Amino acid sequence: MSLNRNVSLASGLRYRGQGPMLTFILHRIGGLGMAVFVTMHILASFLGGDIGKFLNDVYRNWLFQIFIFFCALFHAINGLRITIIDLLPKLLVHQREAIWVEWAIFIPLFAIAVFVIISTAGG
Amino acid sequence: MATTKPRTLSLSKRGLNFEMFMWLFTRLSALGMYALILVAIIGALVMGAREQMNLADVLRWGFMPNSGHVQSVPLDNADAWATPFWRLTASALLLLAVAHGVHGLVVIADDYIDTARGRLIVRWLSIAMMISMSLIGLYVLWTS
Repeated sequence: MSLNRNVSLASGLRYRGQGPMLTFILHRIGGLGMAVFVTMHILASFLGGDIGKFLNDVYRNWLFQIFIFFCALFHAINGLRITIIDLLPKLLVHQREAIWVEWAIFIPLFAIAVFVIISTAGG
Repeated sequence: MATTKPRTLSLSKRGLNFEMFMWLFTRLSALGMYALILVAIIGALVMGAREQMNLADVLRWGFMPNSGHVQSVPLDNADAWATPFWRLTASALLLLAVAHGVHGLVVIADDYIDTARGRLIVRWLSIAMMISMSLIGLYVLWTS
């Protein structure tokens, strides 16, 4: 009993879902990134030793910190939009405006965080 | 059409199946996690984070209020950061995050695995992962 999708990979990639599609993809990447990071982080704390040290060195790297903070902050802000709109379905007509508000909150916060991460890494 | 008819069924007519329950749980656990993170950040500020911590340390503590996360910070009163209250807050955050996250992985897997057998395997794997990560996480939180 498998689903039958009559969509080729090429047309799937050509699909233009615009703003909502972008937030959907980034929400997924953010969620996956955090799931992998948190799992590895808990296992590293549990196991300790050389594996724990190696993983902690990865987490201290400023590139990784920028990536994981992007995942956490975007997932949190986009998740708040999804939660508010889904629990109050009448607001669904304002979906696109809500996405603009979301970027207006995300970009300055993330920019400050990237500035702090890079200036901390630079000493 | 002049009159707008509601296009959604009420919950009592639709019934609450597992997928519907998890849909609701994902949203409510998100609200719960925002509240717990806010409590952790406010708690850090009350306990003196303004003078003793930088932004990165506050965020590390905020996303998981575990005393191990402030080990490298020179704190005036380190004991206040490892009380049962903070361990319970961290445990609640852990359990919500693991359930929310593992269900999220199942949702993603369901988009790419479309056989009934494959989906059954993913469900059993997710249950095993949820239980084991919750137990390992609780062990780390309560023994650190």
